[in-house]
Amino acid sequence: MTADPKARAEVRRGWLLSAPALVLLAVGATGPLLIMLVYSFLEPGQYGNVEWVLSFKAWFNVIMNRDIFDGTLTFADAHLSIFWRSAKLALLTTFFAFITGFPTAWFIATRSPGMRTALLFLITIPFWTNLLIRTFAINQIIRNEGFLNTFLLWTGIIKEPIVMLYTDFAVFIGMTYVYLPLMVLPLFATIDRFDMRLLQAGYDLYASRWQLLRYVIVPVVKPGIISGSILVFIPALGAYVTPRILGGGRNMMIGNFIELQFGQGRNWPLGAALSVVLLVIVSVALIVYTRFATSGGNKHHG
Amino acid sequence: MKKLLSTVAILCAGAAHAEGKLQLYNWGDYTSPELLTKFEEETGIKVTVTDYDSNDTALAKVEAGGHGFDLVVPSANYVPIWREKNLISELDLSKLSNHGNIASQWVDVAFDPGRKFSIPWQIGATGIAVNSDAYSGDINTSAIFLDTPEELIGKVNVTPEMNDIMSLALWYVGGEPCTEDTEKLKAARDVLIAAKPNWQSMDYGMSEKLAANDTMASVYWNGAVFRAALQNDKVQFGYPQEGFPLFMDSVVLLADAQNTEEAYQFLNFIMVPENAALISEFARYANGITGSEEFMDEEMKTSPMVNIPPELAEAGKFLPTCSAKSLEYYTAIWTELQK
Amino acid sequence: MVDRTFAIARLPGFATIAVTVFVLLYLPIAMLVVFSFNAGDSVAIWEGFSFRWYPEAWSNEAVKAATWRSLQIATAASIIATTVATMAALGTTRRRQTKGQSFVYLMINQPLMVPEIVTAVALLIFFSTIKVATGYQGLGYLIIAHAAFCTPFAYLPIRARLESMDLSLETASADLYASRWQTFRYITLPLVMPGAIAGLMLAFVTSLDDVVITLFVKSAGQDTLPTYMLAQIRRSVSAEVNAISTLLLLLTVVLLTAFFLLTRKRT
Repeated sequence: MTADPKARAEVRRGWLLSAPALVLLAVGATGPLLIMLVYSFLEPGQYGNVEWVLSFKAWFNVIMNRDIFDGTLTFADAHLSIFWRSAKLALLTTFFAFITGFPTAWFIATRSPGMRTALLFLITIPFWTNLLIRTFAINQIIRNEGFLNTFLLWTGIIKEPIVMLYTDFAVFIGMTYVYLPLMVLPLFATIDRFDMRLLQAGYDLYASRWQLLRYVIVPVVKPGIISGSILVFIPALGAYVTPRILGGGRNMMIGNFIELQFGQGRNWPLGAALSVVLLVIVSVALIVYTRFATSGGNKHHG
Repeated sequence: MKKLLSTVAILCAGAAHAEGKLQLYNWGDYTSPELLTKFEEETGIKVTVTDYDSNDTALAKVEAGGHGFDLVVPSANYVPIWREKNLISELDLSKLSNHGNIASQWVDVAFDPGRKFSIPWQIGATGIAVNSDAYSGDINTSAIFLDTPEELIGKVNVTPEMNDIMSLALWYVGGEPCTEDTEKLKAARDVLIAAKPNWQSMDYGMSEKLAANDTMASVYWNGAVFRAALQNDKVQFGYPQEGFPLFMDSVVLLADAQNTEEAYQFLNFIMVPENAALISEFARYANGITGSEEFMDEEMKTSPMVNIPPELAEAGKFLPTCSAKSLEYYTAIWTELQK
Repeated sequence: MVDRTFAIARLPGFATIAVTVFVLLYLPIAMLVVFSFNAGDSVAIWEGFSFRWYPEAWSNEAVKAATWRSLQIATAASIIATTVATMAALGTTRRRQTKGQSFVYLMINQPLMVPEIVTAVALLIFFSTIKVATGYQGLGYLIIAHAAFCTPFAYLPIRARLESMDLSLETASADLYASRWQTFRYITLPLVMPGAIAGLMLAFVTSLDDVVITLFVKSAGQDTLPTYMLAQIRRSVSAEVNAISTLLLLLTVVLLTAFFLLTRKRT
């Protein structure tokens, strides 16, 4: 863009530094995904896999639904409602993870250095235990005859066990639990860099605590909020272990639905097409979100 | 010196033993460790087990190639697919001296007449577990989950196995599995969609939940329910008289197996009644080898959860391999059910 | 001075929320530790105290091998992921935005954007071809696959850290004629470290949890703890797995405490 040799050298250095990551991802993730793009334009094989025949059926089926019985064409509302359910759940999880994660990260970042490391470890230790086991353990706590209900019955707070397992509440609690460190750690990494003297200055200017939070803290820790939300939102969108175990799996999530196509449904091209759609939607959302969030941050600074 | 020599001899023998290797690709928690230990003691062949959780995963992986497995254990309705794709080899029966031990009713099975490709591993049925505290009526019917009785509303689990559930529903409305008859399919769909609000969940892992009274009824596999019943005697098992799926998982030899000789030894080994009994004692399903009952414990020999009562046995059928067309109907109904 | 800033930094209600979060985080963990001492088979019904699951888990070769394999893969993959992520983060932050940066950003986050099953099937097809062509069926494939999907988890905290970092120190260092390497080694690296550690931990934990991709990429005899357990879902988790988890937890706590004490002594 510019003829400035220094700037160009810097750009080149940026590419060189990014190269190992790009190569790794090209081999271990993105490159093979091109296979999926190709597969979405093929015919499904009879027993899974694909037939090497060009076909647009899968793409057609993403948007339109031919009724299996009377053959009428309708808009594929099943796909939409499955996608919407996943998005709603992921948004709620991200929001709740932020509400609980921000104070926690702040609390950790404002301890003495030794304590900080200890707390940081403390927050990750539960996650060294496998996801399935953790989810089953939550299951044990909230089930009808589980720890929580037994305890509440014993204290006399409730007379009848509260049904929590297999409700949206259970899924929501479980998802927040599972993804919390993905929110806390990036937040911590930025709050840790936050200069507490800024707060001092704010106080001296008679700012209220709320104003400090809104105008001093949030703008500075914004990068942490952005990366934390991304790390929670996107995996939550494709999650299915937790919804299945705690939610009872009566309603499909987008992850389950795509898995069905590659498994029992034996329609790999449709699965591939749905994934490409998901990938595009998430990429666009990610670009818009990052742009929006970054530009918002600049306004405050400038 | 003599001692040293004998030690060396033992070490050498050990080394020679360690040479034999076998790679078994099987359903998770389905392979008795005792069976493998016994096999290694007798033959010196070390078996490594790798797990899968569905027929489709196993098929996709082996078809892709470069997997390194020798033996796989697909379900009956998948065996023809494996054959059609030329992924498995025909067995040389002259190397299998115990082939005659296969119980006569399991030799000429539709999916492999004469058992030239597959050796029985375990046999079971998909039926319905019910807790007798919650419901005391007739449990030998799919109505438990398709027309849920008052007492069980909100307490029934339906395991998300599309083939099993669709077959049960089709039988319930008077159809057949893998049908392309739209009237029957429509009826099955309507029954399923009307029943869904009465279900508690669509999940696996029911042995534990049934035992702990978390779930009062569930479509599930008989062996798994038997394991729950061993912990909780209120758990009963019903075989729907309208029709219920039988399954038989059989061991097949992969066409690109690297340890063929070891594989034959293993296949021959599991057809010895005493060894087949070990398989059954672990996962609690019947096995299809004559005379293996003698080596099982009393509970297994008599339990109706392992041995289908004769008056209901008629209703049990192996699932056919569905056509692409019927599978398309299945998936569409399944999606509508869970959307 | 220090004390005063701390008092200022204390926001109302935050400590309460944080403490509650910590307690709730450990509640399920406590459950599984307690039930690893259950005398019965169940992970739900308490039938008295017993140590029986520990020797049983220890004698289960499959569980032991799977656990060991999981740890090996997670260690290798998280180190690779953190290294490439740190480099990429240094290369993409704190300079004028260019089109190339958005591309790198999207590429790195790509593994997050599709459900695992899709990447899994794609990798199955891709790696199988290589396996057939080269005959190599080792752990390398799993490590590469894990490193790839762990990279965004390592990258994002590091990037967040770098973005909120003060550039003046590096400029000052350059002004004092420090070489680029010296600036990196003595200024940038220590500043990036908290982000890199956060990233490493996230990557490690993510690798340790992965089921679907491993299921499709693994060759014969390469079960990890999660795939071993997933395959058991038909039969539900056994108390044995609780015992293994408790042991792993204990190991983690011991290692981390040792690490913590060692680093504290030095500073």
